[in-house]
Amino acid sequence: MAEPEKQPISIEALKRGDRSEFARMVDSYSLPIYRLAMRMLSNPQEAEDVLQETFLKALRALPKFEGRSSLSTWLYRIAVNEALMVIRKRKPELSLSRPAEDGEEEDNGEEMQIVDWGHMPESELLSLEARRTIDQAVDKLPETLRVVFLLRDVEGLSIDETADSLGISQAAVKTRLLRARLRLRDELSNYYRERMKET
Amino acid sequence: MNGHSHVHKCDHLISTISDYVDGSLSPQLCAELEKHLCECENCTVVVDTLRKTISLVQTCAEDDCLPGEVRARLFHTLNLDDFLKNDAGV
Ligand SMILES: [Zn+2]
Repeated sequence: MAEPEKQPISIEALKRGDRSEFARMVDSYSLPIYRLAMRMLSNPQEAEDVLQETFLKALRALPKFEGRSSLSTWLYRIAVNEALMVIRKRKPELSLSRPAEDGEEEDNGEEMQIVDWGHMPESELLSLEARRTIDQAVDKLPETLRVVFLLRDVEGLSIDETADSLGISQAAVKTRLLRARLRLRDELSNYYRERMKET
Repeated sequence: MNGHSHVHKCDHLISTISDYVDGSLSPQLCAELEKHLCECENCTVVVDTLRKTISLVQTCAEDDCLPGEVRARLFHTLNLDDFLKNDAGV
């Protein structure tokens, strides 16, 4: 997430229990955290629970916050863990640290889609239907790939920060990011190829 | 694509394109990939559409918003009702 443009949040003030500074932190980070939770869970009620729980936990844990990671990375880590707990209730076998999660292995034998759709007009690339397709393509990614993609490409964390938020290695982040991006590209290529035929 | 060794080259380089679009590929691999891109239309399409894919998802995500009532309930849960009137201001 982009750090807030206005005055940076003061960790010192937060630790002092300054409520107005805490409110400012909530306003700076609630949208990115809600967005992450929505895109991880696809359920508004669960996403709202994750949002509330993230800030409640942050409030309690602030005295122990050492500032070794940035405030945003720290908040993301709390939020990701909350969201993963929700997902594990649905899928108890899910583990982020297991190297080859289901569907995460090399997509052997799949032909790469070679369709040069990148030059289609923006009005078609971002039509209502296209936007739905894009969101669904992200939803379809296996959780272990999706969360990496969301943190890195949607929230704009670095590889390092993404690894830190998820408690996995940078190499694992890179591998999953590559897989996620290639899968999304293939999904979108399938869709836009059909649109190109129409015009 | 023409010939087996060429296809092999594409397969080998595809694992580097994620780092490449991030600008974090090592100079040596970067030079190797860019040389290949000059000769290979398919890989050029893959790189272009990969970049476009990432930017399209980002554009869609920019439209996500925090509903006002979700913000209000969050502030209430955190005992911050007295700050609710402030602009979300981000
Ligand atoms: Zn090639």
